[in-house]
Amino acid sequence: MLRVEETQAPVEFSPELISKFDDVKSRYPAGKQKSALLPILHLVQAEFGWLSAAAMDKVAGYLQIQDIEVYEVATFYSMYFLNPKGKYVLEVCRTGPCCLVGAEKIMDYLEEKLGVKEGEVTADGLFSWRGVECLAACGFGPVLQIGPEYTFYENLTKDSVDKLIKDLKEKGKN
Amino acid sequence: MARKLLLEHINVPGINTFDVYRSKGGYAAVEKALKTMSPDDVVEEVKKSGLRGRGGAGFPTGMKWSFLAKPEGVARYLVCNADESEPGTFKDRYLMTYIPHLLIEGMIAASFALGAKISYIYVRGEMMPQIRILEKAIAEAKNAGFLGKNILGTGYDLELYVQPGGGAYICGEETALLESLEGKRGNPRIKPPFPAIAGLYGCPTVVNNVESIAAVVPIINEGGDEYAKVGIGRSTGTKLISAGGNVKKPGVYEIDLGLPVEEFLYSDEYCGGIANGKRLKAVVAGGSSVPILPANLFLKTIKNEPRLMSYESLSDGGFVSGTMMGSGGFIAFDEDQCIVRNTWNFSRFYHHESCGQCSPCREGTGWMEKVLHRLEHGHGKMSDMDLLVDVSKKIEGNTICPLGDAAAWPVASAIRHFRDEFEWHVSHGAEAVTRNFGLAHYADPLPQPETVA
Ligand SMILES: Cc1cc2nc3c(=O)[nH]c(=O)nc-3n(C[C@H](O)[C@H](O)[C@H](O)COP(=O)(O)O)c2cc1C
Ligand code: SF4
Ligand code: FES
Repeated sequence: MLRVEETQAPVEFSPELISKFDDVKSRYPAGKQKSALLPILHLVQAEFGWLSAAAMDKVAGYLQIQDIEVYEVATFYSMYFLNPKGKYVLEVCRTGPCCLVGAEKIMDYLEEKLGVKEGEVTADGLFSWRGVECLAACGFGPVLQIGPEYTFYENLTKDSVDKLIKDLKEKGKN
Repeated sequence: MARKLLLEHINVPGINTFDVYRSKGGYAAVEKALKTMSPDDVVEEVKKSGLRGRGGAGFPTGMKWSFLAKPEGVARYLVCNADESEPGTFKDRYLMTYIPHLLIEGMIAASFALGAKISYIYVRGEMMPQIRILEKAIAEAKNAGFLGKNILGTGYDLELYVQPGGGAYICGEETALLESLEGKRGNPRIKPPFPAIAGLYGCPTVVNNVESIAAVVPIINEGGDEYAKVGIGRSTGTKLISAGGNVKKPGVYEIDLGLPVEEFLYSDEYCGGIANGKRLKAVVAGGSSVPILPANLFLKTIKNEPRLMSYESLSDGGFVSGTMMGSGGFIAFDEDQCIVRNTWNFSRFYHHESCGQCSPCREGTGWMEKVLHRLEHGHGKMSDMDLLVDVSKKIEGNTICPLGDAAAWPVASAIRHFRDEFEWHVSHGAEAVTRNFGLAHYADPLPQPETVA
């Protein structure tokens, strides 16, 4: 559900971000700028980590569409976060083929290792994890991805998960 | 196999770059089409090739193209479906990652054939790395004069863009994809009108799968008739199969259609058999939506003939004893796998991915998930199997888009072929949660069919 967080501060879009929006908008015929909505929401989420109502309203203003048209889209698709998440969101495929090769064990291990339940954020703000549906990498399961560039980690084992989390902790400090 | 038509150069270092791709004969199909053929000639070659859509439905591509309306002064669009979300399928991601120019080349030739001036490749949003790869390939092709204004001096203009999705299986359905590309929720449209008449922005549009578009390249290079010589019967050409689950060598394989399934599964050239020395229990041959078959019925048809990897042979026996080619998402289950658990998992998937527009799909998928959950967790009843079949029948054929059918078939087929395993779950309750039903008789040879005098 879409909930307007009380803590939502107004957002500013930098000129660089706006110029990326402009580039996206130029891909469609005149009058069809609404097509830019999904790509622009990805750009906003890459910048701020999630989509606040304030940010969505600003996108609506930019595309000259109603606020509700943005909310409709943001709530429909699974990739958009409507509340703050950890800096790294580990998204593990939980669909059939990956479960044949141990995806459920990897999710259990993440829960144990990070000490948070699916969708929650670790105390240091670094990590969230969740199960997602088939990522079109079924032959290389278990797999997980991390946005905003959606880097893939394939053939996961407990050891490779340990290493990944260690590396991300290092990186996350900076 | 004799020759690969799509992946021949996949292992050439640097084949993802324009220069190496070009040095291996890349973009010859664009030169041939734009310089020596008319758009209708290209459509004719694709018709002759017998190519059938590789996205799942298997509809003849040339025929689809010839249905495209061409009113004066109205734009036409080609949209490539790179949403690839059908569980078990990972061939398009592979193709775009390792040989992106094959898709770009196919898009240019196909756009020319259809008279499109702007074309889009709709890629699922999770494939951000592939989106970057395609954007780079497009820039390279444009730089070399294969995209943009007046391509190769022929007067043909084309702009090609990559569009990310937002994470939704339903956006693989072509009308939901078009809604999504227009910046809306991915709710499938009621058909007719079909996209060929009113598609993107209400204009005539063709939607094709990544692999279908890529196949246009060898079809133009070799000619439709030559392409049609590969394969068997109405299953012409080669097909990318993504093999996963418990096979020894998971991966993407290009096969000649008509390859015996036994060879595909057990030869070292392909899957190399079942991993860890286990035995095969069941196969889902074409992505999660197609009926699951026990090993014995998969390897041999009910007539005791060896089954082949072709549209016709896989569907031999209809829904009683056959399955479908689908998207080529091949999932093998070994003897340790639980069919009830997998069916529950698939049901959860379809419930999660239902767009919610039609009540049979929205409510039915949720209901099936709930019943399968209780069966898997030892709280099921003997009447649940009939209930599931009943619900699946109420969904099938009663919805706006085929997701409803796709949710119904895996459940109906699992109960049809593995009913004793479901019953065992009911009769064994808590024990079924920790212990497995195992291979049972699913790998035994089929009984000989009675000979009718
Ligand atoms: C629920 C659903 C999901 C689909 N997902 C895909 C997909 O991920 N990729 C794809 O190419 N086709 C998918 N299709 C099939 C498309 O609707 C369409 O038939 C296909 O893109 C046509 O291309 P083709 O003729 O080249 O196969 C899906 C269909 C349904 C009903
Ligand atoms: S069948 Fe399901 S996914 Fe398709 S339109 Fe109806 S509710 Fe949506
Ligand atoms: S099932 Fe996990 S990537 Fe497809």
